[in-house]
Amino acid sequence: MKSAVVLLPGLNRDRDMIAALTKISGQAPATVWQTDTEIPDVDLITIPGGFSFGDYLRCGAIAARMPVMRAVAEKAAKGVMVIGVCNGFQILVEAGLLPGALMRNSSLKFVCRQVKLQITNANTMFTRRYQPGQIIRSPVAHHDGNYFADADTLARLEGEGQVVFRYAEGTNPNGSINDIAGIVSKQGNVLGLMPHPENLIEAAHGGNDGRALFEGALGIAA
Amino acid sequence: MIKARITVTLKNGVLDPQGKAIEHALSGLGFDGVGAVRQGKVFDVELAESDKAKAEADLKAMCDKLLANTVIENYSVTLT
Repeated sequence: MKSAVVLLPGLNRDRDMIAALTKISGQAPATVWQTDTEIPDVDLITIPGGFSFGDYLRCGAIAARMPVMRAVAEKAAKGVMVIGVCNGFQILVEAGLLPGALMRNSSLKFVCRQVKLQITNANTMFTRRYQPGQIIRSPVAHHDGNYFADADTLARLEGEGQVVFRYAEGTNPNGSINDIAGIVSKQGNVLGLMPHPENLIEAAHGGNDGRALFEGALGIAA
Repeated sequence: MIKARITVTLKNGVLDPQGKAIEHALSGLGFDGVGAVRQGKVFDVELAESDKAKAEADLKAMCDKLLANTVIENYSVTLT
């Protein structure tokens, strides 16, 4: 299974994502730059975290309008898997590939800590290596992770099983509605999440709770 | 040339923690009776366009495509 990493000015977790994908899949991901209009033939596209374009206007707003995102949207429409982590999640909602919006943390503070996540839908390509209801650990580091969607959208997300990760055991770090930490698209092939599973994939990280996400997406045996 | 001012505000019902913090800070400064404070954004835009209707349509398109996130924000356009 091949993967690609989208690069934009201001992202700072791209090297972490490249390292994680290389370690887990055994081959380095392709990299695509913001102005690229074509993405190579891959099974998984990832948009890493950071502060693309300095978070100007709104987090992810400028990045979402760059040419590469049209290419990401075309691939997503064809069923290619897409994972947006942190700023990548913000970019996906700004690009309209996922519903809702990510707002300033309710505490108004940047949060950098470990949280607990519950797998609320283990029946997706991204979560199939976890048990339903399983609680895993994951680092978070963001200022704008407060997920919001209007009541109709929220009811649809919950009803269709599109909420796949929820902050658990009182660890919601940002005031996110319904403790939502990560959602998938209606078709199930686009995932956005605020936590950083790529930063918890080996013993040196202090655990490998995030590894199964990439193994599931890439179809790699644990 | 046409000049315009675009105001972007949060929709009703969308929580505004920054507005809340400002509201508390104002109370802390001794401004009594401050009700809800909501924070928004203002864009002043110059357009090389003489047709006002066309300018207004363009500005609205700019809001829909970039300047506002209509999931959480409303906007208004005023030609100045």
